[in-house]
Amino acid sequence: MTEAAPGGQRPLSQPPHAAPVHAHAPAVSAARARRWGAFYYAEQVLRVMKGYGWTIIMYGVGQPVAYLFAMGVGLATLVEANGAPGFGGVSYLVFIAPALLVSAAVMTGASEFTFPVMDGFKWRRVYYGPHASPLTPQQIAAGQIIAVTVRFVLQSALFFAVIALFGASPGGWGAVSIVVATLAGLSFGLPLMAYAASITDDKGQFAMVMRFVVTPLFLFSGTFFPLDTLPPAVRWIGWISPIWHGTQLGRVFTYGYQEPPLLTAAHLVFLLALSAAGWTLTRRQFARRMGP
Amino acid sequence: MVRVAELQSKASPVDRPPGAGAPQYVITAGNLTKYYGDVAAVDGISFRVAAGEAFGLLGPNGAGKSTAMKMIGGVSRRTSGSLSVMGLDPDQHGPEVRAHLGVVPQQDNLDEELRVRDNLLVYGRYFGLPMSYLRPKADELLEFAQLTDKARSRVDALSGGMKRRLTIARSLINEPRILLLDEPTTGLDPQARHILWDRLFRLKEQGVTLILTTHYMDEAEQLCDRLIVVDKGRIMAGGSPAALIREHSSREVLELRFGSDRNAGIGAELAGIGERVETLPDRVLIYAHDGEAALEQVSARGLRPLASLVRRSSLEDVFLRLTGRSLVD
Repeated sequence: MTEAAPGGQRPLSQPPHAAPVHAHAPAVSAARARRWGAFYYAEQVLRVMKGYGWTIIMYGVGQPVAYLFAMGVGLATLVEANGAPGFGGVSYLVFIAPALLVSAAVMTGASEFTFPVMDGFKWRRVYYGPHASPLTPQQIAAGQIIAVTVRFVLQSALFFAVIALFGASPGGWGAVSIVVATLAGLSFGLPLMAYAASITDDKGQFAMVMRFVVTPLFLFSGTFFPLDTLPPAVRWIGWISPIWHGTQLGRVFTYGYQEPPLLTAAHLVFLLALSAAGWTLTRRQFARRMGP
Repeated sequence: MVRVAELQSKASPVDRPPGAGAPQYVITAGNLTKYYGDVAAVDGISFRVAAGEAFGLLGPNGAGKSTAMKMIGGVSRRTSGSLSVMGLDPDQHGPEVRAHLGVVPQQDNLDEELRVRDNLLVYGRYFGLPMSYLRPKADELLEFAQLTDKARSRVDALSGGMKRRLTIARSLINEPRILLLDEPTTGLDPQARHILWDRLFRLKEQGVTLILTTHYMDEAEQLCDRLIVVDKGRIMAGGSPAALIREHSSREVLELRFGSDRNAGIGAELAGIGERVETLPDRVLIYAHDGEAALEQVSARGLRPLASLVRRSSLEDVFLRLTGRSLVD
């Protein structure tokens, strides 16, 4: 420690370009944190993510390669040999590529917005360190969301690059599906984050969510076959599914899937509304649980 | 000047006159209360802390010390009463209050996945501090915490004492003038405790206000200028360690052991020796100005204890007197 300066009073004259010797005044800390706090916490989450960066990259590249080969090339020979109709005149590979892209983001969201939240509040209580600093609970929530959004974008961009290499995005607007996948990940993940923030006792709820929410949504959201080939009784699963809305939106951009413009707008509104609702509930839950 | 102020503070320890600088009191609590459901964790406590003071909350586990610290630290809303930290209400101005503080929580909550030095850098960023300040500061604090050779280690590889020192280093990254320490040495071995106490002394010398909770009386005696004894959410007594002992205990204590089956029955035979006799399951305490003289009186009555010890009164005795219970059981 050097000699300490009294709180709030820092030397006024400092040589230009020299490293500051003392911390700025508490009022400056508070003002900066009020403004940029969410990004400060996002920086922390991203630094931690960097620790398992290779896993993220391998997951981001390996998963699409495996799926596109297995489904888009392997399964496709079977599907197309039977002359199955209903893929809107495109190959099976092109049909499922945006669905796999969106599903991957949603699944990442399902893990990034559950276990880390439990870790923050309960397991290792990682949220309580930053909360002792000028950051607010809402900023801690927002910081985590920003960091996961960065992961969504990177992972989806890698996924899309693989799709493009497979020639599975014949339309000119395919790259927009990166944004669509990110939005789908948020629209599913943010309500789940609000739920995770409300859990005080860990009784394996997240495993249940994975098994009974994520997996059925993945299977029945027009992922591997068009939704209208399903019996009407279970079609509603798709209508309430961010994966279906995201996938349909993605198809519009990757291969110019034709649907009424109003329906395209509805997909977008649905994803945005779910994200906004999840965000509002998450903020409220963090503030309620952590205080001022 | 400093010496005079010290003498004055010893003369009137409970409400010592503040120094010349503003704000006079860095923390003021009035009838501070916190309920969890129907349970009062903190039940109407009032105290003031002057700048540069080392102020302690002494009490057993569950006394409400940590709850009080969380309210001071601006991370828990009070149920009622008033609270001001650096002139600000923590419930209304959480970030502004927290910007003034360094906080060492009861449980270390370091970023386990990050390296030791990165823990300091990341934490400094929460205060909006620039990297040009943080890099040299982090190195300086690592030296202060005797962790320089661990700078590149992962946190989960550190020992308990090292983690505690890192948590303290982290709490100093914004050069706070008030440091909140919640049970700073619980769970540490004696050597690690002494290293930590030494670091806290240095901070005190630099004029940092220390607020600490502890259930170790020796820690309170070592570190605190002034303390409040808290039990069941209420203040039992307050003052400097020396004044508290003077007020609530005798100068010396004679400890006698007659064997666990005889301790309880022997109290009556010791009546009249010293100022007060306290019978505990494992020993009998005789509070007296002169312990040796009291021991002679015991021998004169023909009583032969298995073991005897004369010592100075401590805060433990104060707590026993005030609550009828030991601090650490």
